[in-house]
Amino acid sequence: MITFSQEKLAKVAELISHYPQGRQKSALLPVLHLAQDEFGGWLDTPVMDYVASLLNIEPIEVYEVASFYSMYNLKPVGKFMFEVCQTGPCMLNGSDNIIDYIKQKLNIKVGETTADGMFTLKTVECLGACGYAPMMQLGKNYREHLTKEKVDAIIEECRAKAN
Amino acid sequence: MGRKLLLEKAHVEGIRTYEVYRREGGYRSVEKALKMAPADIVEEVKKSGLRGRGGAGFPTGMKWSFIAKPEGIPRHLVCNADESEPGTFKDRYLMEFIPHLLIEGMIVSSFALGSNASYIYIRGEYAWVAEILENAIAEARQNGWLGKNIQGSGFDCEMYVHRGAGAYICGEETALIESLEGKRGNPRIKPPFPAIKGAWERPTVVNNVETLAAVVPIMNIGGEEYAKIGVGKSTGTKLISACGNINKPGIYEIDMTISVEEFIFSDEYCGGIPNGKKLKACIPGGSSVPILPQNLLLTTAKGEKRMMNYESLSDGGFATGSMMGSGGFIVLDEDQCVVRHTMTLARFYHHESCGQCSPCREGTGWMERVLKNIETGKGKMSDIDLLWDIQRKIEGNTICPLGDAAAWPIAAAIRHFRDEFEWHINNPEEAQRKNYGMAHYADPIHVPTPPVTA
Repeated sequence: MITFSQEKLAKVAELISHYPQGRQKSALLPVLHLAQDEFGGWLDTPVMDYVASLLNIEPIEVYEVASFYSMYNLKPVGKFMFEVCQTGPCMLNGSDNIIDYIKQKLNIKVGETTADGMFTLKTVECLGACGYAPMMQLGKNYREHLTKEKVDAIIEECRAKAN
Repeated sequence: MGRKLLLEKAHVEGIRTYEVYRREGGYRSVEKALKMAPADIVEEVKKSGLRGRGGAGFPTGMKWSFIAKPEGIPRHLVCNADESEPGTFKDRYLMEFIPHLLIEGMIVSSFALGSNASYIYIRGEYAWVAEILENAIAEARQNGWLGKNIQGSGFDCEMYVHRGAGAYICGEETALIESLEGKRGNPRIKPPFPAIKGAWERPTVVNNVETLAAVVPIMNIGGEEYAKIGVGKSTGTKLISACGNINKPGIYEIDMTISVEEFIFSDEYCGGIPNGKKLKACIPGGSSVPILPQNLLLTTAKGEKRMMNYESLSDGGFATGSMMGSGGFIVLDEDQCVVRHTMTLARFYHHESCGQCSPCREGTGWMERVLKNIETGKGKMSDIDLLWDIQRKIEGNTICPLGDAAAWPIAAAIRHFRDEFEWHINNPEEAQRKNYGMAHYADPIHVPTPPVTA
């Protein structure tokens, strides 16, 4: 049975209170963020159905939103997701080399997860860190001014965290 | 050094906290505003000449004056912090380093518009910035600047942060409103405009982060005084986020009286191009605006020095000019490939098209594929005209401006760098190994030397 903790349910209630009465659907995006964080980093169908029940909306209203926004994962991802920006300004500063290096280092293609379930490599479009390129998102934070050495260090850091 | 109105205090130790922000003169504009009539605040913003800093440059005071005021229906102010235009990262900086400035500007603006519940729609990826804002809102609330009966004025205002989830299109104001309502970010057909029917069918004003922050200095120094800074209809200061091939990428607050040449080469700003390379091209206002080759960037077609303001950047229209846009300033050095860069932008717009209108949904993907072919040595000469044709058929034929935004960079790249596209097609193998370098247009142009700064 999928269910939020009491603490998270209180958070959901608080989020709903931000919007006008009867407009609880407005809390859908923030509640989906909560659900993804809580239930393994991706949104399985039962999770989305649970979110629909919390907001008293139809499941389809959740599916159509979850599939529209790029931050919601509709299939399982690794424990750590490298989301490397590849848009113009990052490309000018060598993001292609960084992506190639990560592919080679982790022996995966873009969109794949390592066999041990640790790392997923994803290319993303502009994350608004153009002055600090090349960059990637890792969890809730940005890693900027990437070099091969920094990528090595980040991989080590993640491995250490997992142990 | 130009005058700073927004970032003057951004580096004061601890300015992120309420205590330091208040000590440095924060929230004075709210004290002043609450003693005024809301209509007078709108007048003050009109006088300031402030133009929307998100990209469109629409006069803010005028936008505010459009808001409908039907009896008994709540109104809302929504801050557009969905900053996603490639090359643009100024709002993030402002929110991250001096969050109370935005909140202060939003309280004044909420009072002026009569919004008792205002929202900051922030792009989902800026998760830590959302936390900074939430903390700042909590501090403002504890100190009586938000909540019921603010500073004894009788005005109530709540403020909430709403995180998006990764969609450039939500920077378009009606898509943003849809997203705020918990839906896909599909732009709405206008009219009705948000000022009449916006969030939850209520009158709504959507303004960019920098626009709302600028309301603070406007209140503090007065609209007339603010209008004296800058030149012509480019009043006040503008945040420019500079990136690409420059020595000092980052955020610069300019007063719109400096030249593009000074901005790129002066040590006070971008500090020139790394490794002694030449300037090839630049997109001065975020990826949607036309790219300009070096010669047209530094001087207008009339031979005047091009300046960093709304009018001068757009001088010559799209034939020989560009736009101020969002202030996302992307510099390309002589070794950059315009074809590849344009391809990444086409990929971006394809990825971000919401899919609602066929010309954009189909056209953006088509342009990406054609550009990819040219870039990887599989292009045909007819592809250039095909690209031109596709972008012409997207522009102006979609519900929202994303279609135009996707079309313009392609059009400008072909307009100014057609020889580079042709070279790619004629020399597919060579193009894989080396870059085209400076374009022919640049031959007769001298490479500018950095101006002497005092």
